[in-house]
Amino acid sequence: MEQIGILEGRERQVLEKNSGVAQADIACDTSSLSGSVSQRACVFCGSRVVLYPVADAIHLVHGPIGCAAYTWDIRGAVSSGPELHRLSFSTDLQEMDVIYGGEKKLYKSLIELIEQYKPKAAFIYSTCIVGLIGDDIEAVCKKVARETGIPVLPVHSEGFKGTKKDGYKAACHTLMKLIGTGSTEDISKYSINILGEFNLAGEAWIIRQYYEKMGIEVVATLTGDGRIDAVRRAHGATLNVVQCSGSMTWLAKEMEEKYGIPYIRVSYFGIEDMSKSLYDVAVKFPDRPDIMEAAKQIVSEEVKTLYPSLQKFKKALTGKKAAIYVGGAFKTFSLIKALRSIGMSVVLAGSQTGNQDDYARLKEMCDEGTVIVDDSNPVELSKFILEKGADLLIGGVKERPIAFKLGIGFCDHNHERKIPLAGFIGMYNFALEVYQSVMSPVWQFAPRKGGTL
Amino acid sequence: MKHEHAKTATQNACKLCNPLGACLAFRGIENCVPFLHGSQGCATYIRRYLISHYKEPIDIASSNFHEETAVFGGSHNLKIGLKNVSDQYKPDVIGVATTCLSETIGDDVPMILREYKKEFKNGSPMPILIHASTPSYQGSHIDGFHAAVHASVKALAEKMPQQRLINLFPNMVSPADMRYLKEILEDFGVPYMMLPDYSQTMDGGPWGEYHRIPPGGTPASAIATAASATASIEFGSTIEASKSAAGYLDMMFGVPAWHLPLPIGIKGSDKFFSLLETLTGENRAEKYEDERRRLVDAYADGHKYVFDKRVIIYGEEDLVIGMTAFLREIGMVPVLCASGGKSGVLKKRIEELVPDVDELGIKVREGVDFVDIEDEAKILQPDFLIGNSKGYTMSRKNSIPLLRLGFPIHDRFGGQRMHHLGYRGTQELFDRIVNTVIEQRQNASSIGYTYM
Repeated sequence: MEQIGILEGRERQVLEKNSGVAQADIACDTSSLSGSVSQRACVFCGSRVVLYPVADAIHLVHGPIGCAAYTWDIRGAVSSGPELHRLSFSTDLQEMDVIYGGEKKLYKSLIELIEQYKPKAAFIYSTCIVGLIGDDIEAVCKKVARETGIPVLPVHSEGFKGTKKDGYKAACHTLMKLIGTGSTEDISKYSINILGEFNLAGEAWIIRQYYEKMGIEVVATLTGDGRIDAVRRAHGATLNVVQCSGSMTWLAKEMEEKYGIPYIRVSYFGIEDMSKSLYDVAVKFPDRPDIMEAAKQIVSEEVKTLYPSLQKFKKALTGKKAAIYVGGAFKTFSLIKALRSIGMSVVLAGSQTGNQDDYARLKEMCDEGTVIVDDSNPVELSKFILEKGADLLIGGVKERPIAFKLGIGFCDHNHERKIPLAGFIGMYNFALEVYQSVMSPVWQFAPRKGGTL
Repeated sequence: MKHEHAKTATQNACKLCNPLGACLAFRGIENCVPFLHGSQGCATYIRRYLISHYKEPIDIASSNFHEETAVFGGSHNLKIGLKNVSDQYKPDVIGVATTCLSETIGDDVPMILREYKKEFKNGSPMPILIHASTPSYQGSHIDGFHAAVHASVKALAEKMPQQRLINLFPNMVSPADMRYLKEILEDFGVPYMMLPDYSQTMDGGPWGEYHRIPPGGTPASAIATAASATASIEFGSTIEASKSAAGYLDMMFGVPAWHLPLPIGIKGSDKFFSLLETLTGENRAEKYEDERRRLVDAYADGHKYVFDKRVIIYGEEDLVIGMTAFLREIGMVPVLCASGGKSGVLKKRIEELVPDVDELGIKVREGVDFVDIEDEAKILQPDFLIGNSKGYTMSRKNSIPLLRLGFPIHDRFGGQRMHHLGYRGTQELFDRIVNTVIEQRQNASSIGYTYM
């Protein structure tokens, strides 16, 4: 078979772990190489991901239609109440707007939408073109806020002004404007915010329940099942618990600086990390030993039922190999552990937006020979899946067809998932999904597994 | 109850952006990589959107603009991108489509491509570079689709002696439709050049090894022969003259152009088959007579279920036109024919096929979004909706069933294998429509009939 090479300019973003020799750190935190078919999106995407689940605000995309159309109701971020986030609003800029400016259209759109939907706030996303034509979004937002009496917040998410990570930051910056504007009266001393949990398939509800069982008040989830009023009073919490560190660490740091709220990084995927995320919160409240007791109780009860139910999967999957390519690197740590707990090893681990520390830790965790990649592309992913003989790929929609074409299983661990993969129940769902995909008899027909072409 | 809503913003758009259509069309050229000159997000979002419908890998390269690119122009990025795509994919063709970003900063893409060819003259491989102008602030995805087809023909068609050959420009139809069209042309025994042809690239088999670019598509060498054809057939009646590939070949090379609406329904399909008979001098194969007979028979068997049923049809304008003609020939009333597209001629084209539009009270609306359609639905109270998956939100909210067709089908399986065209496609649509009605009746009945 023909050898697939790595593009010139990307060699330093790929590494095969070899402890026998000194290896340079992986290169990351760079913009994508032109023409490389990166799996990343843009600044706008980063902002849209973070703010998307805020359900009682309108999300107006200022630009031509595409950016709004492609992000209409695409995520499994569910709401327990209002569902304004599932609607798609765009100023749908036309050629004349590009020439003469889109401010008037933006103003009129906002006034009408706010009149119709009565949202608690409005987020206005700038797209590429707005960064070029120079619309004064700030001024329009201020004017509309004054006239309507609700926060109207610009999100500086012009697609080309950085990477997806800059989009996260722009969204956090917008959230910071809301935080601190609500009353913190009646908030318990034993309270947290959950940052970077987007309530996909109701995951935030599962996590919240664990913490509440421990006697901890969850002030705000940012932004899963999000509400403007909850965001406004988030500064009243005692601790910030950061789940998707890639998107929300910046916000946690800002809140620490401005409001003195410390933060911890956690992950809700897999038994080990899920349990740890409860203990790590409990230790922050040493004057209430009952909180730690409750955490232990939850873990023990959950594991008691979960562990035996995983054995069937483990028996079938032991020795199978997985490839992981996801958005944030932090998630890969949990996935490696979760896969190990069902007998699987990891032969490829990569992310779109990991940083130097993430990759160092990833290398430490991985087995010898595991390939580690930053900002990869379909050609590379396919190359390593084939070379390493992976049986499973974990990724998102864009990675799915690569797995299926090559005749291996796939687990969707992206924002479109409809099944909760967080929490203890999430670990069961994860194992089940991996099992159902890897063990399916359909692969017998795949050419690489002996089927005819 | 007030049915008014905010009119300035587009809410739940019934269209996509220009570059999406171009990427799909370029995917129908053999060994071609679509390339978007703009931000990384455009390529990634469009890939995701297409994959969710076609369930196939679709690699779209991007020149990945940054702040400096936007300030100093995209030339440098575009060239590096072309080089990288050439190295990594070894394509025969790169289809470059622009975005709102590169169009607004005024990049002269044809010039950049010329420079690139000069600079990398000795570098191999040197793919064919095609450029389509597809600013997202103009038109919708269907415009990008036609722009890419037009640009490909313009770039590749060469003057050569006339030969027995038919060009077919099928419009944005499903891979299954494309396979059917090819089968028809093959059965007529006539050499053909169909563009685009993503029947295999967007609905292909499993891979034994990695394919940089999935097999299938119309070879560039075949597109080159388009100017030598005896005729071109172009499906679609709202294609702008400047984006009509058949029109271009007619004007530049004197290849007669036949513009037909999408052949949906018996009359539409008859027109297509008759035209092929005229152009080839051959009779249609017996199997198509059979298909037609079965369809006529099915119309008879099912006519009572569908007569006077009121529906809303939405989607690309040409799809809406073809469907409207079909719905009328089975006695259904499309109370609203709606599109996010804005050709300015939608009503006129429908009237050409259905002269009594006004008497029947059929509303035709261009440039609408799903909230507009929903507002109409509340007043019109149709029996069901016909269109792509994006109507599900209003379907669910207003408890009006949705019959899915076209693109995108994101919430059902097999959209890429759905037929719409010719006797076979019409048969499939008719069966599905009748079954929609039967299911509605069966569910509504308290008796639980087992024969319907």
